[in-house]
Amino acid sequence: MLTQDELSTIEQNPYRGDYPLLSANPDLAFLDSAATAQRPAVVLDAQRHFYETMNANPLRGLYRLSVEATEAIAQTRDKIAAFLGAVDEAGKPCGSQVVFTRNASESLNLVARTLGRSVLKPGDDVVISIMEHHSNLIPWQQICRETGANLVYLRMDENYRITPEEVAAKVGPRAKIVSVTQVSNVLGVENDIPMIARRAHEMGAYMVVDGAQSVPHVRVNVRELGCDLLAFSAHKMGGPMGIGVLWGKPEVLDAMPPFLTGGEMIDSVTETDAVWAPVPQKFEAGTQDAAGAYAFGACLDYLDEKGFGALEVRERLLARYLTDSLAALPYVDVIGPAEGERHVGSVAFNVRGIHPHDVASILDMNNVCIRAGHHCAQPLLAYLGVENGATCRASIAFYNDKSDIDALVDGLAKVWEVFHGRD
Amino acid sequence: MDVTSLYNAEFMDHVAHPDYKYQMENPTCTHEGVNPSCGDELKFSVRLADDGTIDEAAFTGRGCAISQASADIMSDLMVGRTPEEAIHLCDLFERMVRGEVTDEAELEPLEDAEMLKDISHMPARVKCAELAWRTLKEMLEARAAADKDEKGA
Repeated sequence: MLTQDELSTIEQNPYRGDYPLLSANPDLAFLDSAATAQRPAVVLDAQRHFYETMNANPLRGLYRLSVEATEAIAQTRDKIAAFLGAVDEAGKPCGSQVVFTRNASESLNLVARTLGRSVLKPGDDVVISIMEHHSNLIPWQQICRETGANLVYLRMDENYRITPEEVAAKVGPRAKIVSVTQVSNVLGVENDIPMIARRAHEMGAYMVVDGAQSVPHVRVNVRELGCDLLAFSAHKMGGPMGIGVLWGKPEVLDAMPPFLTGGEMIDSVTETDAVWAPVPQKFEAGTQDAAGAYAFGACLDYLDEKGFGALEVRERLLARYLTDSLAALPYVDVIGPAEGERHVGSVAFNVRGIHPHDVASILDMNNVCIRAGHHCAQPLLAYLGVENGATCRASIAFYNDKSDIDALVDGLAKVWEVFHGRD
Repeated sequence: MDVTSLYNAEFMDHVAHPDYKYQMENPTCTHEGVNPSCGDELKFSVRLADDGTIDEAAFTGRGCAISQASADIMSDLMVGRTPEEAIHLCDLFERMVRGEVTDEAELEPLEDAEMLKDISHMPARVKCAELAWRTLKEMLEARAAADKDEKGA
């Protein structure tokens, strides 16, 4: 239960006004930020500012505008590196460790197709977890099929934890790549990545982390995580859609072959051969979404200005209030830990005997947006054995407040009433 | 959209007390339909009379309220129809839920199924509403094609 002070914190909302879509829809309870977050005005303005004042093809032109566009991308790389704690001894951000992609899915495909294809041999193991989003599952399924490697799943215990014993049992000497999500996009639980990374490295395997659901909500420090590669999307944290990141240790990125080839990723080309540009350009064929990168930089500035630590604390309170409110409804089953403090952003649930799609449609008619379905995690839902292979999922961000969650609770009462009448 | 424009008492009665949800004995043909993204599964059976009309229709399966109610409403509509009429009604229903036909007079042959016309404002749910109709249509078309082959041979 939240204290009176904590309740009063989430009753106030100093952020909503920064978001044009939320301001234009005062009655909307947007509880689907795990699918995509809303964007603050500063991000939208930055996107426009780029095209209005510095639009040119980055990297190529020798004139001032193109140099400015190139600078804008380089600065965002540094901001991202600083955000992830990827800094050198002097505390300077290592922007060259930041590769731009379209989204976390593309980052993970890149890793599977380059690192996976070059290191995997028949009989090797790729270890993922049962709670992966399809984005961190299908690329590995495909590459294992291609290379003859085995796909091994870490399974969670009855408390939704991947235990050190499970990791020791599954990550053995045959493991070459371990790729695990830091936060489940369905259950909202956080995995112990430092523990898994230690074991992976002891066995000589690479450690890849899907940070799509963690980077927006918890302070991620790549050094503390101990991972080799980290993938995430800008759009889940308030940046533009269509820009994502692959962060990597320099020696790992250097050793990986390129993914897409073409313009801007080469040093020199002859009729028969090509020499790759250094990282990160090696992985960025073709014209990049420079405006998107610039706007993502504005998003990180916004998060810094608001104080990421304070936002994280607020989201923890909202997640606890959400979990407690759902658990208090007699006709709702929370799928995942009952403890609110174990939920990062998301809480999955079902309304007893009612299909999640009906729940979502009726909530929609009451101005409440949630996700319903398999959440791109079909193996997880099959493993959990939930009815229809589907659940509802409510997810929060710091721009939510108590009234959004109360609207969900009222909406769920209406859902129950539609199916069962008034008690 | 108001909740009761779709999830009203009549609709909910089809969900809670479907008349046609049972395992049919000795059906003429049976066909399965699925919506993999929803987990909706439906097995639809018909028995044809000697004159070729649908004598009995029934379904089993699981899924959301819309897929279940739609199957029950459709079953009721189909009894006594020829396969050609049934296929025509399936087409009309499909066009209604996709918002391609809105004229009340044109929708009249759908009788009670017209209560699902607001689905056209819920694009994510169109495939739920269509499942039974798509399944029946596939079954009858496959049967018609098989008959033709037989006669042609």
